Amino acid sequence: MKKSIDLINERIRDGNAHVVTAEEMPLIVTELGEEEALKEVDVVTTGTFGAMCSSGAFLNFGHAEPPIRMERVWLNDVEVFAGLAAVDAYVGATQQSTTQQSVYGGAHILEDLIGGKSIELRAISHGTDCYPRRTITTQLVLDDMNQAIMVNPRNAYQRYNAATNTTDRTLHTYMGMLLPHGGNIAYSGSGVLNPISNDPKFRLIGSGVPIFLGGAIGTVVGEGTQHSPAGAFGTLMTCGDMKQMSNTFVRAATMHGYGVTLYLGVGVPLPIIDIESVRSTAVTDRDISVDILDYGVPSSNRPSIRKVTYEELKSGMITINGEDVRTSPLSSLKRARIVADTLKDWVKAGKMQLTLPAVRINPDKAGKPMRETAHVPRVIDIMDRRFIPIDEESPIKVAAETLLKDETNHLPVVNKKGQLVGIVTTYDVSKAVARPGNKTCVRDIMTKKVITTNPDEAVDVAIQKLERHNISALAVVDRENKVVAMLTAIALGKLFEQRWSR
Amino acid sequence: MKLLVSVSRKQGKYPIIAQVVKETGVLVNVERAMIDSHEGELLIDVPDDSCELVRQKIAGLGASVRILDRGIRIDTRECVDCGACISICPQEVFSFGDDWGILVEEEKCVICGKCVIACPHSALFLSGEIPERPF
Repeated sequence: MKKSIDLINERIRDGNAHVVTAEEMPLIVTELGEEEALKEVDVVTTGTFGAMCSSGAFLNFGHAEPPIRMERVWLNDVEVFAGLAAVDAYVGATQQSTTQQSVYGGAHILEDLIGGKSIELRAISHGTDCYPRRTITTQLVLDDMNQAIMVNPRNAYQRYNAATNTTDRTLHTYMGMLLPHGGNIAYSGSGVLNPISNDPKFRLIGSGVPIFLGGAIGTVVGEGTQHSPAGAFGTLMTCGDMKQMSNTFVRAATMHGYGVTLYLGVGVPLPIIDIESVRSTAVTDRDISVDILDYGVPSSNRPSIRKVTYEELKSGMITINGEDVRTSPLSSLKRARIVADTLKDWVKAGKMQLTLPAVRINPDKAGKPMRETAHVPRVIDIMDRRFIPIDEESPIKVAAETLLKDETNHLPVVNKKGQLVGIVTTYDVSKAVARPGNKTCVRDIMTKKVITTNPDEAVDVAIQKLERHNISALAVVDRENKVVAMLTAIALGKLFEQRWSR
Repeated sequence: MKLLVSVSRKQGKYPIIAQVVKETGVLVNVERAMIDSHEGELLIDVPDDSCELVRQKIAGLGASVRILDRGIRIDTRECVDCGACISICPQEVFSFGDDWGILVEEEKCVICGKCVIACPHSALFLSGEIPERPF
């Protein structure tokens, strides 16, 4: 059996459509069976409410008198993209204020405009025959604009990998605060309510399909950027009229240490037209699994600690290597439900008619990493192999002599096997001479907790280590913890000279 | 009842808490302590009925004491019930209710401040009143 979209719309118009949320659907299918569920249910609504960094809006300000061709535009000191003719601009959600940085950004402009607040516009131009004006400053509210159209390049991720951190320090990421030693797990997305998880083959979601966006009726533009459904990471590009949106579903946020982002509510109503749409909307949290990635590894290829389902994540606690670890979401499951419920009410009330995709979204595409044509500098390129290790049992005087002879400030301290056990600096030696106490050998004065790097590490990652620990050299060690070189701030200075002179 | 004890450098060397426990016999639970070369701050938990006794004793030893009748505060206008505060709180102050709304057990809070920076919506406050938003 099949059900036409026209029949479903007729039922919606008549107020007879049977609409349920994606949370309610699995039980209905279990109780009635697929055939009966197809007869019974007309529409399944989905919803998610969480951080969607890749969002923004096109604004048209109207022409001033005399007119100006705005070349650079700031809204409340947040620079917006103005390379769009004369009086249009695109506000990107994560763009940060020139003056307030992560406290205020593009997302706050969107929230403030929707909340009815006044925004200061400043723009400059070089002046042309047709657009003579060079500067303008004015206050605008949302109603003053001809259009304020939210167009979000990447929304509603099908699912998102969870995050943990195995390093010994707290990390501040776009996945929120991650405690050291795998102390917590953060996850994103609403699992069973996620729109694409209920239509992973993109049979129902596609260009032109009406959706819930920030409290307004919007539409799917097409596939989102980084759309990668081959790995179950599909995304959507969405658009909607900001003038119809509400602050309940459009909220600015700041992830500490990361920056500004936008929390947004998105939902898609799915018409139940055939058995396959019944099956895909019968998905449960148990069926949707993600990896828990270690954000302690500063790479885009973060290792997976284990797989986990949304059911486990939502339980608040999972086990990793025999230890209980608490989980918590960054997305609001409460508001995701409100999105799905609101959509349900809209469809029931005949406020929206459904359509099938005008153009289908590719369900098999795979994203790829950036092609890099320039060599990314690694520690091996600039490390200093001419270092002198010192034995941990050497007298302090030998350390002093070695430092003098080599005109260096850092000596890696090794054991009999050549493995790194500490580091000694000129400061340590000076202190030992000034206040001898009963210290006699290098082991007594060395710093035992040495910050290390390895030859393959990207230089930028090594620089972060120097900065974070406020030190000027790193020991470069191999897999056996044997010292192979030193990396000093001086070598880094040379690297930057090269960068700039090219 | 939680008490916030502030000590100066000089007093920092004197075992104030030990003295108080010894003299009053009240079992004081030190929940958080930060002591450096200039000053120290301790958050202690004492049974409600001996709170005044302990407070007077500590004050008598020259440290300043403030009763903390409130822990973390939540601005419900800003909170979106996301849950970013839940797994990072060492005291398990936050949890989800049946409807996925955030529940706060303020009395568990030791005012460490982790959640204040972890909250993406700046909805959590450690002390004083929740600020009036300027606009």
